[in-house]
Amino acid sequence: MLEKTANAISQGVLRAVSNFGYMGALLVESFYWLLFGRRRGQPVKMAPLATQMIEIGVQAIPIVMVLSFAIGVSLAIQTIYALKNFGAESQVILAIAIGVTREFGPLITGILVAGRTASALAARIGSMVVSQEVDALRVIGIMPVRYLVVPPLVALLVMVPTLTVLADAAAIFGGAVYSLPNLDVSMWAYLMASVDSLTAGDILQGLAKSLVFGAIVALVGVSSGFNVQGGAEGVGRATTQSVVMAISWIVIADMVFTFFLNR
Amino acid sequence: MSESTPHVIEVDGLVTHYGRRKILDGVDLRMESGEIRVIMGGSGSGKSTLLWHLLGLYRPTAGKIKLLGQDITQVSAQEFQSLRKELGVSFQGGALFTSLSVGENVALPLREHTDLDENTIRIMSRLKLEVVNLGGFQDLMPSQLSGGMIKRAALARAIVMDPKLLFFDEPSAGLDPVVAAELDELILRLRDALRMSMVVVTHELDSAFKIADKITVLDQGKVLLTGTVEEVKNSNLERVQDLLNRRPRDVKVDAEDYLRRLTEEQYV
Repeated sequence: MLEKTANAISQGVLRAVSNFGYMGALLVESFYWLLFGRRRGQPVKMAPLATQMIEIGVQAIPIVMVLSFAIGVSLAIQTIYALKNFGAESQVILAIAIGVTREFGPLITGILVAGRTASALAARIGSMVVSQEVDALRVIGIMPVRYLVVPPLVALLVMVPTLTVLADAAAIFGGAVYSLPNLDVSMWAYLMASVDSLTAGDILQGLAKSLVFGAIVALVGVSSGFNVQGGAEGVGRATTQSVVMAISWIVIADMVFTFFLNR
Repeated sequence: MSESTPHVIEVDGLVTHYGRRKILDGVDLRMESGEIRVIMGGSGSGKSTLLWHLLGLYRPTAGKIKLLGQDITQVSAQEFQSLRKELGVSFQGGALFTSLSVGENVALPLREHTDLDENTIRIMSRLKLEVVNLGGFQDLMPSQLSGGMIKRAALARAIVMDPKLLFFDEPSAGLDPVVAAELDELILRLRDALRMSMVVVTHELDSAFKIADKITVLDQGKVLLTGTVEEVKNSNLERVQDLLNRRPRDVKVDAEDYLRRLTEEQYV
């Protein structure tokens, strides 16, 4: 019994480590093709990159804005409730501006993109593995990583920070909409006070996180897809698993980042 | 250079494993330029594995594989990349890219490997679609094609770079007899028109006898026999005759091994 548990744990650890290594190798290889692909006759093309940016970034704008707005409102409600005890409601501006840019903007964007894109990547690449399309790419002489991984990876590295900026703005706006009647200031004054209370460091910290979240979504989605085994059922399993994994990695990475960036 | 070598394919002592199980056990193969070689064998004989290794998709345990004079187990990744432009592959299920139209599928190798302008690429890919009798179908998506059309579209993609060596995995599997016969005709016509050497993996006897110059029969990871159609038909080997006459093979049970398989917790 004990031996079985130990066995299961050690196999799980082994799998996690090899998975981590696989994702690292994917990241390195992607940058290799991005930098040296042209010289090797395997250039990264602009057209698929643009398609991915639209799919991953532009099409996610409405949902990211709506959810960030909602988070901003909730945050304002809770913060005002907490600050009321101290008679310090006006501090809600600072609290929301900093909480959103450093934490909630990147996090909500990362989780949303994980739900939309990690699953899509796992499903697309997984079904290509199952139907031998990845083998077909290789025998045609197209490196699968260059063709299938680099475009979504670059698109995510560009679009997740961009979406985060929009999410920051929407959440601060959401906070303002709820707080205005309580604070008795104009919208303009509220927004200006928010901007004043922020430093470049607050926003950069959020953006640095979002860059990591983008890489996590790409690598988890793609590696789940490439490792699909067992036909259509395997694709389904990989798709579900990729979302859970991507979100877990994002939340944990967020904690680690926050810890080290605030020491 | 590579044209002057007498053999387009030279395989020496190829040994491969899947996990701990040995799949191919010392396979040798020689194939001349312009030849259509059929690789035959029952399920589990290792014929698909041999094909994957000829394509360089897996690493063999031991042995040499020379394609067009280059040993693909030794060449650098870059050299193999340029060698791949001389190889065409038509997969069993077609493996067309489902997100691309038929025309884009066929054009993809040209787009990736050449600097031709769009007009030339369009004309060349439509030309190949005409060769496989799919003229006018370039705007359909793969999901809109029938089984036979998918195989022909995959063939068009495989020959769009005018490869010297064409690999064909189960061309007639899952097709009705008429369509399968048409595909055989197409294979013969391609060889004559484009002077390609072809490796066809199949277990369809009719089709094998119709198209083959030589047949290699694999059984349990070993080459049982290589010869012309007549030689294979007249072979005295029992396993070859089993295959030709669709006789079920006698499975000999080793009592001790049988018990071990049943009782051991982790049988390997």
